[in-house]
Amino acid sequence: MQNVKVITGTSAAAEAAKLADVDVIAAYPITPQTTSVEKLAEFVANGELNAEYIKVESEHSAISACVGASATGARTFTATSSQGLALMHEILFAAAGMRMPIVMMNANRALSAPINIWNDQQDSISQRDTGWIQLYAENNQETLDLIIQAFKIAENENVLLPVMVNLDGFILTHTVEPVEIPEKEKVLNFVGQYEPKHAYLRPEKPMTQGALGDPEWYMETRHDVQKAQDVALNVIKDVHDKFAEKFGRAYGNGLIETYNIENAETVLITMGSLCGTIKDVIDELKAEGKEYGLLKIISYRPLPTEEIKEALKGAKNVAILDKDISLGLDKGALFTDIAPFLKDKKTVNYIVGLGGRDIRKANIKEIIEHTENEAKDTETKWIGLKE
Amino acid sequence: MARQFPREELFAPGHRGCAGCGAAIVARLTLKAAGKNTIVANATGCLEVMTTPYPETAWRVPWMHVAFENAAAVASGIEAAVKSLKRKRGLYEGEKVNVIAFGGDGGTADIGFQALSGAMERGHDMVYIMYDNEAYMNTGVQRSGSTPYMASTTTSPAGSVIRGENRPKKNMPMIMAAHGIPYVATASISYPEDFMNKVKKACEIDGPAFIQILQPCTTGWGYPAAKTVELGRLAVKAGIWPLYEIENGEYRVTYKPSKRISIEEYLKTQKRYRHLTEEDVEEMQKLINHKCQEMGI
Repeated sequence: MQNVKVITGTSAAAEAAKLADVDVIAAYPITPQTTSVEKLAEFVANGELNAEYIKVESEHSAISACVGASATGARTFTATSSQGLALMHEILFAAAGMRMPIVMMNANRALSAPINIWNDQQDSISQRDTGWIQLYAENNQETLDLIIQAFKIAENENVLLPVMVNLDGFILTHTVEPVEIPEKEKVLNFVGQYEPKHAYLRPEKPMTQGALGDPEWYMETRHDVQKAQDVALNVIKDVHDKFAEKFGRAYGNGLIETYNIENAETVLITMGSLCGTIKDVIDELKAEGKEYGLLKIISYRPLPTEEIKEALKGAKNVAILDKDISLGLDKGALFTDIAPFLKDKKTVNYIVGLGGRDIRKANIKEIIEHTENEAKDTETKWIGLKE
Repeated sequence: MARQFPREELFAPGHRGCAGCGAAIVARLTLKAAGKNTIVANATGCLEVMTTPYPETAWRVPWMHVAFENAAAVASGIEAAVKSLKRKRGLYEGEKVNVIAFGGDGGTADIGFQALSGAMERGHDMVYIMYDNEAYMNTGVQRSGSTPYMASTTTSPAGSVIRGENRPKKNMPMIMAAHGIPYVATASISYPEDFMNKVKKACEIDGPAFIQILQPCTTGWGYPAAKTVELGRLAVKAGIWPLYEIENGEYRVTYKPSKRISIEEYLKTQKRYRHLTEEDVEEMQKLINHKCQEMGI
């Protein structure tokens, strides 16, 4: 029996954490994440979810408590956004370095100043080098599906890294969509029980975690995280395939998804909810006999560079759309990460949607037009900017 | 009396603490009192650095360190996980598990204050031990909110115009007591029985407990390494470090010196006070007399 609920992205995230039967949740409210932790509190209050819910006094303590809980051997979940994620920054490194398979939902939102609660992806992009796996959802169903997969990826013995599942603030967090909620038994069977062999705090078998790593040891631990990120590329694909088989929903190969890319000379690359708009534009233009493609990045870290290169083999022009900006370089993160692999193509960077600025179909058409005609290789253009 | 102390050493010898380090005494006595059914969360600081240079560890109980300001938050997570795993999966069967957090004065009264306040207010069943050496010793003796009035540190140096630290020490036990937690106490490494009894009580009590223990620091205070225990005792005898507990709101002095010694006897033993003039000492004595009267010592 199919159970479809018409819910927001944050509710979908909360449902996923419930389905994975998390043991500990530590969270602090922040717009536009709040509705997700409210939902989880409600689940716990109603006995629908048997978990400890720690009502922490800040995001710094939320992630710190999650590290403590995960180190004890508990399946741990948190959610945050923007300033909250930035406040967690220091401990994000610790969570990855200590190999804590925490799963976090991040509602993508712009960073101050000026204060702005609306969507862009600068918050998670700014956490790029913390060692966390970063996945981006296009819609609410994908949010739920990615969070379920995230536990299985994070807890994989060859990965053991925290996973951040990102969804665009308001665009997904506050928009209702039909979401199919799988059966709990089926999900539990899929994710399995978390039985850590590397991190537990049990008096009968004492373990020291978070020791001092001097120059003799530190570099190796960083390299180990890199190796785990490499391994994660295959694990993400594998978990995705198994998920697709069991639940009947697939997203490309789990790392990237391509849309009408086969016959297109011009391909757009981006991640998150914007992919939905682009798919619509591609369909419209296809009806006019024009072929354009989309390469959607689901896994930003690890970044599947081989898959991206392979997918873009036939493309001549590549438009890379970033909802973030590296100030002082005038480039977005996707562009700086991907363009070096595409030297034989015209690559153009578009800075879009910062602080919740609307990105309409007309903007996408403008980007396509510009890429094909006027744009110079490696150019950056800010879309919708008032000059 | 000595026979009452368990022989088992859960804090192993061979750590990298300085000769005469009081923090090692704090850890050793705490674990003797708490026993092996204990999980420790440790803030960044001397105790963490000197006990766990990878691949060595001085801890024979489960132990973890994450960062400087979050020991209480990490301990909150540990406590919640123990509860959850106990309930859902029958782990941690048998004796009660003590969750103990250690933080120095900087990691507790300053940067870790918010996390501590949050953990205490939420009522986690944990014991927070603030080992107070009255400055940031790990980074080289900088003042903290717990540095006492007129002590000279590298960031509150005694100069020709300023006489060391110009602010009084933050009153952490009273701030913790104001959280309405069931147990708050002060202690000294020089009164081990008193301290261990307090640790035991704190572990047995259901809910959060806070113990602030004065821990003389040979390098930071400037005295010979053999004098650590003696200095701890002088601080109590001079009344600058009263020993008391507040159990369910009830205040009780746990040790009252039969005759208080002058503050000068305590101050003159340490380099951090060597700049004080007679007038300074007199002023300090007046302040202590007033405080002792207030506290019933």
